[in-house]
Amino acid sequence: MPINYNLPVFEVIRDPSRCIKCRVCERQCANEVHSYDEENKIMLSDEAKCVDCQRCVTLCPTHALKIRENENRFRRNANWHEATIREIYKQADTAAVLLSSMGNPEPLPVYWDKILLNASQVTNPSIDPLREPMETKVFLGKKSTEIKRDSNGRLITDMDPQLELALPVMFSAMSYGSISYNAHECLARAAAELGTFYNTGEGGLHSDFYKYGPNTIVQVASGRFGVYKAYLEAGAAVEIKMGQGAKPGIGGHLPGAKITDAVSRTRMIPQGTDAISPAPHHDIYSIEDLRQLVCSLKEATGYKKPVIVKVAAVHNIAAIASGVARSGADIIAIDGFRGGTGAAPTRTRDNVGIPIELALASVDARLRDEGIRNNVSLVVGGSIRSSSDIVKAIALGADACYIATSALMALGCHLCRNCQSGRCNWGIATQEPDLVKRLNPDIGYRRLVNLMTAWDHEIKELMGGMGINSVEALKGNRLMLRGVGLNEKELSVLGIKHAGD
Amino acid sequence: MKRIFINKQWCLGCHLCEFNCAFANSGKTSMVTALKDKQVRPRVRVEEHGKDTFAFSCRHCKDPICIKSCISGALHKDNGIVRIDYDKCVGCCTCITVCPYGAIARGDDGVMRKCELCVDNMDGTPYCVSNCPNGAIVFEERD
Repeated sequence: MPINYNLPVFEVIRDPSRCIKCRVCERQCANEVHSYDEENKIMLSDEAKCVDCQRCVTLCPTHALKIRENENRFRRNANWHEATIREIYKQADTAAVLLSSMGNPEPLPVYWDKILLNASQVTNPSIDPLREPMETKVFLGKKSTEIKRDSNGRLITDMDPQLELALPVMFSAMSYGSISYNAHECLARAAAELGTFYNTGEGGLHSDFYKYGPNTIVQVASGRFGVYKAYLEAGAAVEIKMGQGAKPGIGGHLPGAKITDAVSRTRMIPQGTDAISPAPHHDIYSIEDLRQLVCSLKEATGYKKPVIVKVAAVHNIAAIASGVARSGADIIAIDGFRGGTGAAPTRTRDNVGIPIELALASVDARLRDEGIRNNVSLVVGGSIRSSSDIVKAIALGADACYIATSALMALGCHLCRNCQSGRCNWGIATQEPDLVKRLNPDIGYRRLVNLMTAWDHEIKELMGGMGINSVEALKGNRLMLRGVGLNEKELSVLGIKHAGD
Repeated sequence: MKRIFINKQWCLGCHLCEFNCAFANSGKTSMVTALKDKQVRPRVRVEEHGKDTFAFSCRHCKDPICIKSCISGALHKDNGIVRIDYDKCVGCCTCITVCPYGAIARGDDGVMRKCELCVDNMDGTPYCVSNCPNGAIVFEERD
């Protein structure tokens, strides 16, 4: 066997004074790290296979297990980092493009953490959301800029189609194929109970989930998987996916192994074939082309559903958003560079795109400057991690947020970032039936509802502290934000003052 | 009466129910003390056939054949629960031979053991139910 230059990344630490040899770790590890030596009656581990998903640690009934980073490291080097050395060894072994999953984990700035919120003191009253009404409902869609009256002077109240959200959060696009049937069921049921929306991603809509249509956003991506009239009509809105924060500029590739019978029927492609989404939409090479697709989808759905255009946050995002806002789209969704993925080339994921905070601030400012902010609602995603991130995003100008990574974490994801292997021990990013069943939707959907309910409470508390009683009143209210440790340029892009200023 | 049921589609075959059952019935406060290097004798068992798995314990039948067959009167019904009087059991194993579900087994002391829904152990919820990681074992009223 040739030498494997890469050392195991993790160590499995088993406390022999606690281990009762119940073998739960062995049964629960799809990577086959743990095994039982019948002869010597001991548990063994092959830590080279460990991905640090923490499934065994979580299920060990005596807390006998710990996974930690391998202490046996390559010689330290400030230029050649451990991860870089590993990648070189791996590529020298395989000649392959490196693949990664979930969002960019690199230590690049997180602007949410450098923005602080305001609160009322003395001169203006704060509001207690437990005693006074507080509104977190939002409407997404084109807003009319003028009051129109008919010939008799009566108000014309016709509005462009709107999405009504009970709270300013939606679950963003994750396709059936990249995540499991049970994960989709959790998202669909949670969205229905919460009064918000989940998103099919580009993988079509499983026939079982058409009943959740009023809480579903159906996506049309470059591969057009599973797109047909009934699919478009099933959703509450249609989303055109132009880009994804984790991998701007490139398409998608779902390996044939994940195209099971049900996935193949939903995607309308042969079983076992790779599902390849091209990098561009081959019919969209300009804003005018995009407008054609927006109009086609509106025509196909009788002008009853808003059309969302999802783009990745890239360098000239403000100009792109300005174009999209003129394309007839009702909502622009912007996905930041920390957005998740079921698989992306590592170099793309870690080096392409810009932070969502900066993209959002510049898009909102640009659309206001051009007088077209009311043409569209803005939805941002790409690592919204908490209710305070949401409040900051709204104050920066967003109408609502998309979350996905945090939603998957509610379902058990431990961010081991190995979705591409298809062996998700938590039953999320897998199509293997014995792994998929590990995610019981009755439990999962309840956890999602819990998470969103908690965030909704927190949003109300934060808004109340600022003396604001509705999301509408917070929207674009950048005076509620102050930067800490940011330079002049960063502050000017964000359009906020420095703390103390 | 509430009884234990298994939703087979959610059973992962992890066997945690067996270890939690043995712990709950051990009278010890730590699972390590209760089970480490001991013969584990759970009153719930995971039946396996390849990847098909399900946990199984006493059905607490309406008309239990084990009670009819018990030669010493140790097995009896208590509020619908089939229970054993350990002082009366003589360890003849007749109940084991008649139980169509294989839900009764011999304990270390030669006296029979079976699921008694944790009535004497915990907070009223059987320990296998409250510790099933995937909600596969449920404790509910069914017709």
